[in-house]
Amino acid sequence: MKSLIAVIFALLPSFVFAAGGNVQLNDMKVDLEDTASLQRGAKYFANYCMGCHSTKFARYNRVARDLGIPDDVMMDNLVFAETKIGNLMEIAMRPEDSKKWFGATPPDLTLVARVRGADWLYTYLGSFYADETRPYGYNNTAFKDVGMPHVLAGLQGKQVKGCAPVVIGFDPLTGQELKEDSCARTDDAGHPVEVLYLEEEGQLNAAEYDKAIADITNFLVYMGEPMALERKRIGFWVLLFLAILFVPVYYLNREFWRGIH
Amino acid sequence: MSNKSAFMSWIDARLPVTATFEKHMSKYYAPKNLNFWYFFGVFSFLMLANQILTGVWLTMSFTPSAEQAFASVEYIMRDVEFGWLIRYMHSTGASFFFLVIYMHMFRGLLYGSYQKPRELIWIFGMAIYLMLMAEAFMGYVLPWGQMSYWGAQVIISLFSAIPIVGDDLVTWIKGDFLISGITLNRFFALHVIALPLVIVALVFMHILALHEVGSNNPDGVDIKKYKDEEGRPLDGIPFHPYYTVHDLVGIVVFLFVFCFVIFFWPEGNGYFLEHANFEQANGLKTPAHIAPVWYFGAFYTILRVVPDKLGGVILMGAAIAVLFVLPWLDRSPVRSWRYKGWISRINLVLFGLFFILLTWLGTQPATGIYATLGLISTIVYFAWFITLPFISAKEKTKPVPERVTG
Repeated sequence: MKSLIAVIFALLPSFVFAAGGNVQLNDMKVDLEDTASLQRGAKYFANYCMGCHSTKFARYNRVARDLGIPDDVMMDNLVFAETKIGNLMEIAMRPEDSKKWFGATPPDLTLVARVRGADWLYTYLGSFYADETRPYGYNNTAFKDVGMPHVLAGLQGKQVKGCAPVVIGFDPLTGQELKEDSCARTDDAGHPVEVLYLEEEGQLNAAEYDKAIADITNFLVYMGEPMALERKRIGFWVLLFLAILFVPVYYLNREFWRGIH
Repeated sequence: MSNKSAFMSWIDARLPVTATFEKHMSKYYAPKNLNFWYFFGVFSFLMLANQILTGVWLTMSFTPSAEQAFASVEYIMRDVEFGWLIRYMHSTGASFFFLVIYMHMFRGLLYGSYQKPRELIWIFGMAIYLMLMAEAFMGYVLPWGQMSYWGAQVIISLFSAIPIVGDDLVTWIKGDFLISGITLNRFFALHVIALPLVIVALVFMHILALHEVGSNNPDGVDIKKYKDEEGRPLDGIPFHPYYTVHDLVGIVVFLFVFCFVIFFWPEGNGYFLEHANFEQANGLKTPAHIAPVWYFGAFYTILRVVPDKLGGVILMGAAIAVLFVLPWLDRSPVRSWRYKGWISRINLVLFGLFFILLTWLGTQPATGIYATLGLISTIVYFAWFITLPFISAKEKTKPVPERVTG
């Protein structure tokens, strides 16, 4: 019974894909309490993203404080611009230049997680594949013909799109994975289903790369709403206060209305 | 009064503080059978106060210019002490204001609170609602996000449907040939000064008119018919302290829900703060799906039902205008739905349900099944008003009790 359920769940995504026709998003578990993940995310972001993407509504020292990074460590390791710790996280690249180079100015990413959502970002960062027809040699299944080069290719290696064996379920007796060539199936339009797979490994293996892009996504979710944890912490006390206040208020009302019929 | 302090006597000789308090609070007799639905008036008042207070504090840090507006909102969210709280109180407050206003209006429909002699209360209320829509629309433009910009584009362009003067009118409203910083600045002025003044004045009139004729109640009976020797209504009770302590219970429960959203669900799944509005306005990049905030959904659906722009605008205008004349459409001899015929009662529930459907449809694309549903619910919406005079005049009503039933 258990394995039957497992097979159904394993098949679910393909059903969703077939029905929707849109990009299927991978589920990303955001954890803003995982400071180590946020710190790693900040490191990757500063090293791989901030050359082109600003987070110009946020300040370096706020990030340092929230992520538990001492100011001097932050300045030495995560701030590459000629700036001060209290300044906004702007970049030196001029929009008119980047527009010429990439076809579109790389957007500011302070609020990107609130616009796109964590799942989308996580999926996007994992969906680059080699495509010779693109100017920088890479395309993306989550964002077709995106202007952004695959800056994380060194970490991920070379991902390509094509026919590959995919897990379609589990053997009910042995529990082993059942695989099938993805192109054995067709999508709504009748095309064989192509999937992304790794042709050459980069500095990280597949699991490590997944973790890295999850960290970047986690960091961007933090970036979108840096006070999210504080908000919930205060919210708990506010609701508790109101719940307690309800008791005297309720009895006060009952006392006044006792004689009224 | 003998136990009045010398200080209060001095004041009262110069300003009618005690007399006003007595007239509107401690000697204002409200029916003692007011139920759950009667909380929404005081909740609306609470939301008005919330919007004005948080609005004042937001104004201290907001910069109304096309270059700075978006950044200044993020400055409030990140650098201003508790700026995020004030902003979320204001943005959540807008949605909750409409939520409680809609409940308050439906209460009026349930118990016939708009009927004679309360027509003016209803009309002032409708005027408040109309001003509130303008206020909310202009406020929504201020953060200068993508949906602010393109929502404004859609709404303002509606005026271009007016024959002859339409295009010039649109330019006049924008103050520019495109929506620009000039538009943003004038909307800021209207949002923080002009419209709040009008709304507060209208609320004052709304309450003054209410206290002149007295509150209606779930039975729709006149409590002034039976009075004791001192002229106090037998079914009435002084608003203060009875309803002040009663409302306090409701307010605490309401604040619990309100604060839950502020602290744990401020985006409201993209209904209270839309995802696209976290991206700065860009006049060259149209969002894939432009939808108004949920509280305009019903009228937006009605607008889109008609393929012709002018026709849509007229129908939407009619949908709002018809509400103003409601007191003269309902010709029933009884006020409360409790004593109306079963057709009226079913119709009223359907009307409420279809209004919710219309609202939801406004946030969805107007294609396929949504378009069909939009058409059906628009027809139901208008059919309710059109049939109301006939059904209410003809149908057999139940006898109304002489006194309130509790």
